[in-house]
Amino acid sequence: MRQQLEAIRAAAVAAMESAADTEALEALRVQYLGKKGELTAVLKQMGKLSAEERPVIGQLANDIRAKLEGVIEKRAGELASRALAARLLAETVDVTIPGEARRLGRQHPMYQVLDEIKDIFIGLGFEVIEDREVELAEYNFTKLNVEEGHPAREWSDTFYFTEDSSILLRTQTSPMQIHAMETRPLPIRMIAPGRVYRKDEVDATHSPMFHQIEGMAIDKGITMADLKGTLNTVVKSLYGEDTVTRFRPHHFPFTEPSCEMDIQCYKCRGAGCPTCKGEGWIEVLGAGMIHPKVLEGCGIDSSVYSGWAFGFGLERLALGQYKISDLRLIFENDVRFLEQF
Amino acid sequence: MILSRKWLNEFVDLGDVSDKRFNDEMTLSGSKVETIEREDAEIKNVVVGRIVEMVRHENSDHMWVCQIDVGRDAPIQVVTGAQNQKEGDLVIVALDGADLPGGKHIAAGKLRGVDSNGMCCSCQELGMTEHDWPYAAADGLFVLQTDPDVMAKDPKPGDDICKVLGCDDSVVEFEITPNRPDCLSVIGLAREASATFGRPLRLHTPEVRGCGGSIAELVDIEIEDGELCPRYTARMVKNVRIAPSPLWMRERLRASGVRPINNIVDITNYVMLEYGQPMHAFDFSCVEGGKIVVRTARGGETIQTLDGKDHALTENMLCICDEHRPVCVAGVMGGANSEIVGDTAMVLFESANFNGVSVRRTAAALGMRTDASSRYEKGLDPMNTIQAVERACELVELLGCGEVVDGVMDVIAKDQAPTVLRMEPDKVNAFLGTDIPAAEQYRLLARVDIRTADGSFPDGPADVLVPSWRGDVRALCDLAEEVARFYGYNNIPDTLTRGETTRGGFTDAQRFERAVGATCRALGYDEIITYSFISPSYYDKIRMPSDSPLRRSLKILNPLGEDTSVMRTTILPSMLEIVTRNYNYRNQSARLYELGKIYLPRADGLADEPKVLALGAYGDEIDFFSCKGAVEAILREAKIADVRFEPRTDNTAYHPGRCAAVYAGEKALGVFGQIHPLVSLGYGVETEVYAAELSFEALWEARGGKPEYVPLPKFPAATRDIAVVCAEPVTVGALEACIRDAAGGLLRGVELFDIYRGAGILPGHKSVAFSLTLRADDRSLTSEEADATMKRIVADLEAKLDAHLR
Repeated sequence: MRQQLEAIRAAAVAAMESAADTEALEALRVQYLGKKGELTAVLKQMGKLSAEERPVIGQLANDIRAKLEGVIEKRAGELASRALAARLLAETVDVTIPGEARRLGRQHPMYQVLDEIKDIFIGLGFEVIEDREVELAEYNFTKLNVEEGHPAREWSDTFYFTEDSSILLRTQTSPMQIHAMETRPLPIRMIAPGRVYRKDEVDATHSPMFHQIEGMAIDKGITMADLKGTLNTVVKSLYGEDTVTRFRPHHFPFTEPSCEMDIQCYKCRGAGCPTCKGEGWIEVLGAGMIHPKVLEGCGIDSSVYSGWAFGFGLERLALGQYKISDLRLIFENDVRFLEQF
Repeated sequence: MILSRKWLNEFVDLGDVSDKRFNDEMTLSGSKVETIEREDAEIKNVVVGRIVEMVRHENSDHMWVCQIDVGRDAPIQVVTGAQNQKEGDLVIVALDGADLPGGKHIAAGKLRGVDSNGMCCSCQELGMTEHDWPYAAADGLFVLQTDPDVMAKDPKPGDDICKVLGCDDSVVEFEITPNRPDCLSVIGLAREASATFGRPLRLHTPEVRGCGGSIAELVDIEIEDGELCPRYTARMVKNVRIAPSPLWMRERLRASGVRPINNIVDITNYVMLEYGQPMHAFDFSCVEGGKIVVRTARGGETIQTLDGKDHALTENMLCICDEHRPVCVAGVMGGANSEIVGDTAMVLFESANFNGVSVRRTAAALGMRTDASSRYEKGLDPMNTIQAVERACELVELLGCGEVVDGVMDVIAKDQAPTVLRMEPDKVNAFLGTDIPAAEQYRLLARVDIRTADGSFPDGPADVLVPSWRGDVRALCDLAEEVARFYGYNNIPDTLTRGETTRGGFTDAQRFERAVGATCRALGYDEIITYSFISPSYYDKIRMPSDSPLRRSLKILNPLGEDTSVMRTTILPSMLEIVTRNYNYRNQSARLYELGKIYLPRADGLADEPKVLALGAYGDEIDFFSCKGAVEAILREAKIADVRFEPRTDNTAYHPGRCAAVYAGEKALGVFGQIHPLVSLGYGVETEVYAAELSFEALWEARGGKPEYVPLPKFPAATRDIAVVCAEPVTVGALEACIRDAAGGLLRGVELFDIYRGAGILPGHKSVAFSLTLRADDRSLTSEEADATMKRIVADLEAKLDAHLR
């Protein structure tokens, strides 16, 4: 019987270790270890053995069963990992095939720039205000120290709704200064972006509708140094910390002193190139100390309060930031243009 | 304003200041330099040459082969086709390697087989005309001997031609702000340059010898309207000899961009450039009645101006008239009837001050903005008229082109008091954020002739006198600007705005606006920006009913064109225009959004300007339900509750069967759907276009608050699918509502998953399938409970909607 058992063990181990797949291994398990298996069949003959032999052979049979179970487990593991490897290989994808398109919409490039500017000023403790576009000449001009007879008030420059030139499409965001001064408590720190309108034919640099951003701070003791400091901070946030700026005297009816702010050309660093038209500098905005007449006209005591204001065109800024060559693209809204930003 | 730096040097010596430095410093003190160019920038290697020998070209019947002395050891050979030269003539020679205006480059070569080592030039080839060189041949070489002024410079072979012809100047173009008309002159800019560079200003007082006689006996001047003409000054010249002006004057005019004409006309232009005071010269023999009347035109009067154009004058146009008729449009242009001509013998010089607005309006109405009118329109210094007319007469005597009659006619119709301002240095420092000592501030002001009465520089407040040409300086803030200009804007320190801390920040509505935009983009919609004004015909294009109140829009009285003439009362045409453009550009599909204003007229003439969120889409995967899905997503993101959709058949812009109005409870939020095929075809779009118009204000008002956490389910849900067959008119919405009503407290979700029509379903019917989710919060549902619920639902569907289990 001992020989019988040893023979079974040898044959079973050899067959199991070379089983080709899980099914074959399972068939071998049944063949040797199943209820009707070969090992069981031998054990059924145990009754014929002597009392001394019985525990010895029983022990041997159990050892063989344990051994075979170990072999099966090991072989099953081998076969499983081989099968997994084959499956993974079969599942290989071409990673260069494009992903499923999930097209997100785009914010208009000009409003992306506007949001950036709003965020900068919000960080400085400013508010963002909006106001009407159909405006009184009184707010668009008179209260801004632009007197009757000023060229900007001509019908050739401004769109009017009434024959007496009293109601118009605002030509600048500056009337929002007046609304803010008249309605908001002091101190005021605000920016006011919006659409403005001038009678310009459409071309690469003009549009009858465009956008400006107005900024204003009024408080006790506001100085021109504050204006410079604030604008320098903002421009550096917008154009980079290493931006070089300069302020030039200029003229606006509603500020005095007035200035324009230039940045050194980012392309040529001031040497002069086509981008800056050889000047080395690029004009970015107009600003100044709010004219005392304007403050007084809004009921603010100019001997106690002072303020600064600035304004600039959003289109030109966006065109410069994105190197867009033609203003018409801004209002054309071609999706092939929009999706670039 | 175009300035010759050579001319400027006559008043302020800046000969050692480079163009670059001049540019930078003038710009930083407020006179913005636009461009600065050398007149000779494009001319290189062009010299004076003497023709030593001249023979016929062997292969040509019109060319000459010249041996020309150009100041070298031996003459050079140049072939020319010109005919007006002879041996011994001094001519202009572009040498081998020369550059000429217009990018023309000269190189040695052969002309019909004969070597030519350069080119003989006409004045045109140097970029100039016979106006600059009245003695030069109109068609041929510029032979220098023809021009006495050039010969006076004793040109020698080999001399640089730019020096000989005086075109070695730097020409500066300034952007002068409208508050500084005084800077539209050489003297005005000299004042600025003197203040900028801290160098002395050398002004010249004109001196006129006169020839006796008395102007008062020859002419009578009358001003009818002192508001329009505060001052009129005139002098008379007799025995006028019209001739070209001398080279130095022509050079300066040319550098200043003014075409030389003849001595008298050139003098008026020269004085205008020098003093900023426009001048006019009348042929006095044409001034009838010996009388000058400054008055507005009478109805029906006309004038032919110097440019040969005829104009009808209106009664608000100021004119200079003789006894009978206008001879000049005041401040704009003279009349042809009193033009200076070759045989003019007596000239009346006018140096007057006119109302700027009046001149501007007249010039605009006549469509002729001139050098004179563009100066007058900004408001000129009335004190300048005398000096200017004196200077003109001085030049007449200097040029020897006439005899100046004694006496000046100077009619002052409106006096102007000098401006005295209180200077307060402490306030200036407080305003600028600087710490400039008081005396230093007075010194800075003195640079631009704003001085205390005794010329001192005190330590505290004092009165200062503002010169007559600085009409823009009217208050302390103007003085602060003058101090800042010469202290240097860039020397003012930088400080962040001080004062009370403010809260700042976006408002809730602004944050909401940003969030709505972000939702649209997440849905794949691109943002667009459209014009606020449209054509009134666009209302027809979207089939707006003729009695719609929205047809009443604010109308621009002076629009650029019909297309931009009314303020839109609906955003739809703007959106459709952009949809159409993208379609025409053959873009496969587009999804667009705009958060834009509409403009609804108000009784007070202004407008309500509410914002509307517009969506527009066509192309891939765009249909009614993708459009509705976008609207639903926007409402969901805004946490808007009780959303309802109702079919709208009456909105004429939309497909009557594919249009819905959206509500939050009873509040109307807007409308969306497929654009009516007639509308899209009208735009030329041959595919389905979908749009939505949602009131931003309504969205904002209907928005939900911060959500409150709902505990996650602890017990499993049971799902049951149900398919019912019902008649076609029964809507999914009605079926769903019926299911919800019948289900009771256990129903957690109803989801439509199929609608089927066809085999097995009666015509006029449809099978609608829903997946229902049932759940209790406190226990696992038994299948008996779920079945009971389903039973109720099926019963109700049958009873209420005649919908039967399939």
